[in-house]
Amino acid sequence: MGEVEPEILLEVRDLVTAFDTDAGQLTAVDGVSFAVRRGRTLGIVGESGCGKSVTAMSIMRLLPQPMGKILAGEVLFDGRNLATVPAEDMRSIRGNRISMIFQEPMTALNPVHRIGKQICEVLTQHNDLSPDDAWQQAVEMLDKVGIPSPEIRATEYPHQLSGGMRQRVVIAIALACGPELVIADEPTTALDVTIQAQILQLINNLQRDLGMSVMLITHDLGVIAETCDEVCVMYAGRVVERAQVKELFANPRHAYTQGLLSSIPRLNGTPKSELQTIDGMVPALSELKPGCRFAPRSGREHAPELLVERQALRQISTDHWVEACPVCARG
Amino acid sequence: MNNGTAILSTDNLRMHFPVKGGVFQRAVAACKAVDGVSLTIMPGETLGLVGESGCGKSTLGKTISRLYEPTSGGIAFEGNELADLSRRELKPFRREIQMIFQDPYESLNPRHTVGTIIEEPFVIHKMGTRAERRQWVADLLAKVGLPESAAGRYPFEFSGGQRQRIGIARALALKPRLLICDEPVSALDVSIQSQVLNLLMDLQREMGLSYLFISHDLAVVKHISDRIAVMYLGRIVELAPAEEIYNNPVHAYTKALISAIPVPDPTYVPDRVILEGDVPTPIDPPDGCRFAPRSGTGHSPEMLETLPPFKEISSGHWVEACPVCAPAR
Ligand SMILES: Nc1ncnc2c1ncn2[C@@H]1O[C@H](COP(=O)(O)OP(=O)(O)OP(=O)(O)O)[C@@H](O)[C@H]1O
Ligand SMILES: Nc1ncnc2c1ncn2[C@@H]1O[C@H](COP(=O)(O)OP(=O)(O)OP(=O)(O)O)[C@@H](O)[C@H]1O
Ligand code: SF4
Ligand code: SF4
Ligand SMILES: [Mg+2]
Ligand SMILES: [Mg+2]
Repeated sequence: MGEVEPEILLEVRDLVTAFDTDAGQLTAVDGVSFAVRRGRTLGIVGESGCGKSVTAMSIMRLLPQPMGKILAGEVLFDGRNLATVPAEDMRSIRGNRISMIFQEPMTALNPVHRIGKQICEVLTQHNDLSPDDAWQQAVEMLDKVGIPSPEIRATEYPHQLSGGMRQRVVIAIALACGPELVIADEPTTALDVTIQAQILQLINNLQRDLGMSVMLITHDLGVIAETCDEVCVMYAGRVVERAQVKELFANPRHAYTQGLLSSIPRLNGTPKSELQTIDGMVPALSELKPGCRFAPRSGREHAPELLVERQALRQISTDHWVEACPVCARG
Repeated sequence: MNNGTAILSTDNLRMHFPVKGGVFQRAVAACKAVDGVSLTIMPGETLGLVGESGCGKSTLGKTISRLYEPTSGGIAFEGNELADLSRRELKPFRREIQMIFQDPYESLNPRHTVGTIIEEPFVIHKMGTRAERRQWVADLLAKVGLPESAAGRYPFEFSGGQRQRIGIARALALKPRLLICDEPVSALDVSIQSQVLNLLMDLQREMGLSYLFISHDLAVVKHISDRIAVMYLGRIVELAPAEEIYNNPVHAYTKALISAIPVPDPTYVPDRVILEGDVPTPIDPPDGCRFAPRSGTGHSPEMLETLPPFKEISSGHWVEACPVCAPAR
């Protein structure tokens, strides 16, 4: 295992994750590398099925068992390889030093337990606290995530809260132990824009106050632009491009990144004009080829040999990398 | 408003659902999903409809399509009043107004081939011979950009974007004049979303269709709409040409909604109005301005008790607001 720079909290190197299915073993994450810096937000963006959630589940070691497996690669968290630590150690890291926020808050909450109790459980699992102190801290957490009348809300059940409130509770649970890293998988996708704005602001503020690192998974480029420092663009199980957020939006190189950025309608675009499209669709896991997976949709001219082999990760500038053949890398 | 040439107009339309409770499951309250909506859609126009989850967008769309029996108010299609018509009397109008939904998969029978699904409206309306219907199906598939061979396959064999095309083909079968599009691209990835939006814009130009386009993605609505109606708790609070509503929002709710849109440009610094609290339910809404309890600004009691007037503040720009939100100019 090579050296990890001190400013980096989490480094994923060449991660490969596969599922055993009726159709054989299918590789959902195929050699993915990226890093999350301390106190920063890394965004992961890409279309449905490109492997964003499986990447997060691999880091957390929460892959569905027995089908899901990490086949290769390292997940270096503060010097340890999470891909190989004993399950026991992983349990104490999870919820304590790394925690996760899911898209659908109801799946993360226990419907039959009071909200306060659910936060207390996390607190007492990792710390030695009296029940009264734990309850007190749980109420403080609810207050911190902006839930009005937290003493009363703590005694309520999840179904008594609105979707936005539930997501706040999930955030309170995720942050209860002061984790160093929070992995948020589409935390606002199920919410209205006005509530999304509240939740993103909340995550931003808490991050600033607590100095956490955040890995934010979303398919919304607007959310990426507003909240992230760095971005990874995933396509068909691979990271095709990664860069600082301003650099990525200003100077996208991969045909896929360019296609994504140009096909979204803009508020300042010409009304009713024809939108750019990306022809075709994302390939199924069972049809993945070793070469550039976006090539058939890219609309570019390709020498046949470009399509056969996996392309190298090429450096464009200091923090800007693209996994592409020279045609895309040149821009 | 001058409704003379509108293809569709609603007049103080209400759709209330009973909320049942108690041992006898009697109606104990009303969910006022649509609570007094008056709007018009012109021929060839796209009217965008935006608002938060639960504000009544889908219910309004379904009530206009007469999938629901409205509680009160009027729905006129080219001047013909639909609200009170019986099922039989409605039949000729059913062809004129069609709906497409967010998840085409749910509305496509998985056991039928795509050909059977698209042919179904012709069969119901007893139109054409078998051979003619087959030809029409092929024409419709071509129109939405699917190969003729798609007719023999099943919905599960298609991607989300292709299924949405199938839903559109079926909705177009009877040559409707008005299409109610309820979140038609919300379940699609951006690269596929733009294909479907282009298709809808092309079909409109080609066939002179009118759309009521419902979506919570404000950038999408802005792109495709001529005018936009902003809905809050069962009422239209603001209505204006698309550019005008984004450049010059007046109602406190419209301002908050527009400012909350995440802009895909990292150099853009948003000037954001963060709303307090949550979207309330339409059960027992306030009598006055529905948004007042959330808007933060100081309100006198009478503002909360009586609805502000819906007035035209500049050409084509309507807002239901008291002078605090909409000062006289
Ligand atoms: N338990 C499983 N068994 C088999 N394949 C799976 C399993 N879970 C996920 N996959 C496959 O792995 C691929 C990546 O899925 P993943 O959930 O990571 O996508 P995603 O990028 O998070 O998409 P979305 O934006 O829809 O959430 C998909 O093709 C998916 O079908
Ligand atoms: N068939 C029904 N019976 C009873 N209540 C209903 C029914 N349909 C909708 N409602 C209620 O009416 C209100 C408006 O719902 P509607 O589905 O129209 O909202 P919407 O604006 O389309 O929301 P979304 O953006 O989530 O689709 C909600 O409170 C909903 O619970
Ligand atoms: S030019 Fe190269 S990297 Fe770009 S899409 Fe084609 S094969 Fe892929
Ligand atoms: S100022 Fe008037 S119109 Fe605006 S939110 Fe308050 S009551 Fe409603
Ligand atoms: Mg996912
Ligand atoms: Mg709806």
